[in-house]
Amino acid sequence: MSDLKADASGFSQPAPTPRTGGIAIATAELSGWKVLLVLALCLAAGKILLPVGMIRPPDWMILPFAAWINAVFDFLRYDLGLLSITRTIADGIEWCLDVTGNLLYGRNRWPHLGPIPWSVLAISFAILGYALGGWKLAVLSGGTLVWIAVMGQWRWAMETLSVIVVAAPLSVLIGMVTGVTAWRWSWFERALNPLLNIAQSMPHFAYMIPVVVFIGVGPKAGAVVTIIFSVPPMIRLTLLGLRKVPEEVVEAGKMNGASQWALLTRVRLPTARSELLLGVNQVIMQCLAMVVLASFIGMPGLGQRLLQMLQALRIGPAFEIGITIVLIAITLDRLSKAWATKKPVHHESGTHWMARHRLWLVWAGFASVAWLVAQVIPYLHEVTRSQALSMAPVIDMSVNWFLTLAAPVTEAIRRFLIIWVLIPFRDAILWLPFTAILVAVAALGWALGGRRSALICLAFMIPIAMTGWWDRAMITVYTVLTAVGLAALVSLPLSVWGAGNATRARRMLLVCDTLQTFPSFIYLIPVVMLFGVSDVAVLAAVMVFAGVPLVRYTIEGLNGIEPEVLEAGQMNGTTWWQALRHIRLPLAFPTILIGFNQSAMFALFMVIIAAFIGTQDLGQEMQRALSATDVGKGLTLGFAVAFLGLMADHLLMRWSRNIHERREARS
Amino acid sequence: MSEPAIECCNVWKVFGPNPVAHARTLKQEPSAGSDGHVVAVRDVTLRVKRGEMLVVMGLSGSGKSTLVRCLSRLVDVTDGVIKIDGQDIGSLSERDLIALRREKMGMVFQSFGLLPHRTVLENVAFPLEMRGQSRSARIARAREVLALVGLAEREDYYPRELSGGQQQRVGIARSLAIEPDIWFLDEPFSALDPLIRREMQDEFLRLKQLSDRTIVFITHDFDEALRLADRIAIMKNGAIEQCDTPDRIVLQPATDYVARFTQGIDRARVVHAGALCTPLNGSIVEGAPVASDVTIRALSRRLVAETRALIPVADSQGHIIGSLNRTQALDLLLGEAQ
Repeated sequence: MSDLKADASGFSQPAPTPRTGGIAIATAELSGWKVLLVLALCLAAGKILLPVGMIRPPDWMILPFAAWINAVFDFLRYDLGLLSITRTIADGIEWCLDVTGNLLYGRNRWPHLGPIPWSVLAISFAILGYALGGWKLAVLSGGTLVWIAVMGQWRWAMETLSVIVVAAPLSVLIGMVTGVTAWRWSWFERALNPLLNIAQSMPHFAYMIPVVVFIGVGPKAGAVVTIIFSVPPMIRLTLLGLRKVPEEVVEAGKMNGASQWALLTRVRLPTARSELLLGVNQVIMQCLAMVVLASFIGMPGLGQRLLQMLQALRIGPAFEIGITIVLIAITLDRLSKAWATKKPVHHESGTHWMARHRLWLVWAGFASVAWLVAQVIPYLHEVTRSQALSMAPVIDMSVNWFLTLAAPVTEAIRRFLIIWVLIPFRDAILWLPFTAILVAVAALGWALGGRRSALICLAFMIPIAMTGWWDRAMITVYTVLTAVGLAALVSLPLSVWGAGNATRARRMLLVCDTLQTFPSFIYLIPVVMLFGVSDVAVLAAVMVFAGVPLVRYTIEGLNGIEPEVLEAGQMNGTTWWQALRHIRLPLAFPTILIGFNQSAMFALFMVIIAAFIGTQDLGQEMQRALSATDVGKGLTLGFAVAFLGLMADHLLMRWSRNIHERREARS
Repeated sequence: MSEPAIECCNVWKVFGPNPVAHARTLKQEPSAGSDGHVVAVRDVTLRVKRGEMLVVMGLSGSGKSTLVRCLSRLVDVTDGVIKIDGQDIGSLSERDLIALRREKMGMVFQSFGLLPHRTVLENVAFPLEMRGQSRSARIARAREVLALVGLAEREDYYPRELSGGQQQRVGIARSLAIEPDIWFLDEPFSALDPLIRREMQDEFLRLKQLSDRTIVFITHDFDEALRLADRIAIMKNGAIEQCDTPDRIVLQPATDYVARFTQGIDRARVVHAGALCTPLNGSIVEGAPVASDVTIRALSRRLVAETRALIPVADSQGHIIGSLNRTQALDLLLGEAQ
């Protein structure tokens, strides 16, 4: 309770009354949210006097959403015969998966050519890296593949990659077509936007359940869910890219007599190349994140190994797989970003054909040599299990050694967090009557964004109460709030330190960028290592995952301030601390809020994923729904999570925008 | 020769929630409130003769860019008629409009509007590609035009590898690739440095000599307008204040606004002997004549040394067409009021 109060009063400070004009309106707004806040406090204080129906959502209020959704799905499946359509699509995808599977890890299907020796692929990747980004990228991408092969993880890694190779191009295609359609017909965009918003705040598991229903489990289901999950960013970036094409380029195209189709395919889309390729980058990263998680629906590959190892608490192998996934993530990210930023460079006229296609020739030469050598030396073709250079026992040993050393510390942290932070806070949130929370949320919305925001917040919260998962949702909220709060305690000072000088700031941003490319699943490895399977492990994973965007945006906010403003402060004789408190933090605040927004979103995702190492929130129920393939329940829970996310998003973005607008209006 | 190349009758372009109604209101009552509308082009009537070069000149926001986009139908007019070679372009279908642009029109843009993913040569060949010409034919023609603008060695470069002036040369080459009858240039040199701008203006004048196409040139730079134009149209708030030859704009500004524009400039550089020339009306002048198309500035030495009060003026064929009053010419030269 006290926490909530502190929160609410903390929010009131940065909303100063406008200096001139509109005082009447301002006081009306202020009193509006204050009245609501007092009401919420009364509801909480007088809990014993309240009827039961105001403490927990009463039965009449809870609607059988799950049953309705199930009915709709049954209708779609059986009555409309959608099942046969989805199965046909899935068969098509499976055919593609067979081809890539055969080539990459020798699955016994058409075209019966594979597997390609790992050395050939490693060389190809190295040359690709060189072509896109020079020596460093060549070493990174070639080295990653060598590591995978030498460590004996080739097959799993290729199982994972074979899905990405099929899913990513399909997502890009679907995303581009949808994006162009939305760009062309604004009604379609208007209909699409809310869907995209919800889709991008739905937890990964919510996507899996319908796919399991329509397609089943296994690689093709994994591929389909990966495609669906990774399409939204491509749509967004296609739209953005098409909008950013300079008007004059389009006009030039028109004046040159281009037809509508030619304008789109030869003027607009090529000019939007950078954004489209950034979309490709996003698609690939989303694919990787999802394909790893798809192990929950029987997708083989690195994710499945990682899941098994984590569940068996075998830290050594889990750690190695983690490194592989991280390396793959960094490689794919750097390669696709290098492609996106690469600008065309001309050859001097009269350059010989050989010189123009030098890299192709080099590639063809090296690859065929590697292929021939691999026929002679089997090690270069395939690293067998006995040859694999796994360091798992060594890692296990050193981890154990470290853990026994660190045990007193981690144990102390764990005890402290559980007894003094987690349990009291959770009990407080669960103790509160749901009406008090609803009114408090409305008050918060009103304070930050006016009456409309209050209504929007209620529109997101009331349906959650109506699902009947109120307590679970509150546990999710409490985990997210605690994690983001703790993350802020660590990352804000860290980023103030980081923003101290330009080199340090650049390095920290690079680290944040890299950390953000890791699939969320990876974050579970070190925390399970340190804290075992417990609430604190979940919290720690969420904290780290949510801390990254906070650091990133805080540094960007602090460094984005115009130097003149700071110099003026210096000339006015501010100390470092005064400058931070009165100039840098207030000016960076809107940007920091965006960081908090992303942090909250990431935290929500992570809480749900972390469910399998033990929580009692919405995530746990969602995993149950997944194993029972209960679409209705799964989607209801998914919507509940999405609504929590959308509400946080609305509040924080509204607040950030308001501060911005007030400043614009004043200056 | 009788039919003008471009004819523009009472053209309006209004942006806002209800443009057509707003234009109608303004026609009835010119002082009506804006009501959320922006009037970019206000009742413009213009004729551009075949082979003539019209410079449309105005400050930013005066509607000149919108006007040229109306002429090329990159934007549809709210009211009024625009005819190209006697054909109402507002009534053309999409297909006919594309055909018209492919055959007759070329346009150069302020920020070049080049396609970043194509080389210089491919950019210049683009309009020919749209026409459906064969690859070899369009490459040959593109090379030809590139040589014309002096960029033959840069054909494999990408636009971002070129300087601003070079990029605009590519833009010019592209607009000339189809040999348009009508050439629109929308502030082509505004994004360039002053030195490069001068150089490009000379280049432009050279290209202009090579054929007698009709040109509509937009600029906000009065000196540029005076330097290049056959006729200048000065725009303010979407309406044309005055449309006349440079000499007459300088000597007889129609409105205060135009007069203020001409205040700062050196008139002697603009006004030609022919413009100051008065008919002989029977009076007799003696001695060697001056050519009518020479500026007063170019005559300055001669005017100072001159002893006659009236100097004969001859046209390009050498016929005496009138006389130049020395005092009046010297006043103009030395910056006195006429």
